[in-house]
Amino acid sequence: MRKAFIKKLTELVEKDKDIQLLTGDLGFSVLDDFKMNFPNNYLNVGLMEANMIGMAAGMSLSGKKVFVYSIIPFITYRVLEQIRNDLCYQEVPVKIIGVGEGLSYGVAGATHHSIEDIAVMSALPNMIVISPGDPIEVEMAIEKSLNLDLPCYIRLAKSGDPVINNSDIDFEIGKGLILKKGRDVLIVSTGNMLEVGTKVVEKLEKINVSTELVSMHTIKPFDENLLISESKNKKLVVSIEEHVKTGGLASRVADVLISNEIRIKFLRVGLPDKFIHVVGEQEYLRDLYGLTPDKITDKILEKLEVKNKT
Amino acid sequence: MELYEISRSIRKKLIMMHYKSRTSHIGSALSIVDILVVLYFRILSVNPQKPSWEKRDRFILSKGHAASALYCVLAEKGFFEKKLLDTYCVNGGKLSEHPDRLNVPGIEVSTGSLGHGLSIGVGMALAAKRDKKNHKIFILMSDGECEEGSVWEAVSTAGRLNLNNLVVIIDYNKLQAYDRTDDIQSIKSVKEKFRNSGWDVREIEGHEFSSIEKGLKIPIAENPTVVVANTIKGKGIKEMEGKMEWHYKSPKKENLSDFLKELNSDEKSFHKKTD
Ligand SMILES: Cc1ncc(C[n+]2csc(CCOP(=O)(O)OP(=O)(O)O)c2C)c(N)n1
Ligand SMILES: [Mg+2]
Repeated sequence: MRKAFIKKLTELVEKDKDIQLLTGDLGFSVLDDFKMNFPNNYLNVGLMEANMIGMAAGMSLSGKKVFVYSIIPFITYRVLEQIRNDLCYQEVPVKIIGVGEGLSYGVAGATHHSIEDIAVMSALPNMIVISPGDPIEVEMAIEKSLNLDLPCYIRLAKSGDPVINNSDIDFEIGKGLILKKGRDVLIVSTGNMLEVGTKVVEKLEKINVSTELVSMHTIKPFDENLLISESKNKKLVVSIEEHVKTGGLASRVADVLISNEIRIKFLRVGLPDKFIHVVGEQEYLRDLYGLTPDKITDKILEKLEVKNKT
Repeated sequence: MELYEISRSIRKKLIMMHYKSRTSHIGSALSIVDILVVLYFRILSVNPQKPSWEKRDRFILSKGHAASALYCVLAEKGFFEKKLLDTYCVNGGKLSEHPDRLNVPGIEVSTGSLGHGLSIGVGMALAAKRDKKNHKIFILMSDGECEEGSVWEAVSTAGRLNLNNLVVIIDYNKLQAYDRTDDIQSIKSVKEKFRNSGWDVREIEGHEFSSIEKGLKIPIAENPTVVVANTIKGKGIKEMEGKMEWHYKSPKKENLSDFLKELNSDEKSFHKKTD
């Protein structure tokens, strides 16, 4: 996803000289070409994330289109008031690019895990929160972010994420994407759990559970209409996210279902409200917390009360 | 064991730990090995059998990304069994890339986000003063880390309160993750800012045991002390020394024998035996 981001930004900067990229001392091997080819559109601010957000606000107020780049905790939690006051409150459309969503930095430990970021960022008025499902969605989100009048937060994984969407998708910020239609189960996924979502769909289809898959790349504003229409006549709605279950996708889905008086079975797949002290790579931790295709499929079947488990 | 033998065996262990776990930051770890060895074997008053002994000196590794080096020194000192080091960044283990104080005996503070350690140290130093306790607080920071604004808030407060039980060591290895440190914020300005906030500023050679020991044996002064340690990122492996890419890379299988040989060879050893 990092590569997709910089590929798209490079394309854009060639046409739009107002684009500026600020980094908090990160980007080795990812930003190298951009740094070399567009020195006037690039600055390593250094290990000064709070300063970087304020600077981005100032540049944006001076007509620049500013992207700031770092690892998620350092560019969200650490600088929350700069984001709230300098960007959200004043409606300054800086684009925050965070790397390492969810448990991407598995063994690095809890200081580097990003599992509350959606909740924290969505709590801020005016903030647009995007968690793309694959590199294609990343590219589209970056491109469309240039037209926003409000700040946005785009949450990226690290690297090696598979392409899942077709390259000609009709991508709009704030509109979920239906990847596959189905009758029985509606799976709503956000961020890099999309790949897991596709695998769950395969497993369910194999045992004749017709399953629909939606990539809900924008968490805020949330595509309420899509959820209302697609949950109709389904037996179960499932939300999947590499994020705590409170304040992220699951909470949004629950909000929409309840406030629209949609009575339906609902399964939340996500992480518990705690810091993860167990050391492990992303795959290991996903397994530990039930975020693998097998474990999710089993939970879905349990919820549907289907006897023959996978 | 002599200090240089301890340092050497820790460097060898680090090569293996980073090779096996394929984790970043071996350069950051190698640059602080000698400082940590002197701290734990000559300076700090700690009790490995009683890690939470009340009168112990406190040590905070604020540059948490180099925790592998600290784990090695803690194991060498006896805080836990050396075989635990083989679980570094292994699934289901306790030793994460950045240290977790709730997982590992001897880790005082969980770090990993830069620019947090000093404020916590200032709090510990103030608490010790309020309780009329004599232990000292040592904080090891990296040079890039000194760019964080939070560092300067803490520097200011420590100066204001004359916290002379506080010792900061700066690992001046000249490199951060994506630039040369002096190109972002010069070490000269760092030293001046400490001085202007009322700190004593010292300089040492960060890979010479005698220089480190002399610099860290602080006579009770009026002021907090900062020790700028002149170091080399990746110290000990020529291929890594002073190279930015070794902030990220980890040793490959085909490098192992060369790296270990380099560390074994006495001629090339950068430590004088008498040191
Ligand atoms: C607040 C914060 N921002 C960014 C990072 C990511 N990061 C880890 S190490 C590093 C570079 C650090 O350079 P330096 O402080 O000189 O430490 P060295 O590796 O040289 O020991 C960066 C940017 C971080 N851990 N914390
Ligand atoms: Mg450095």
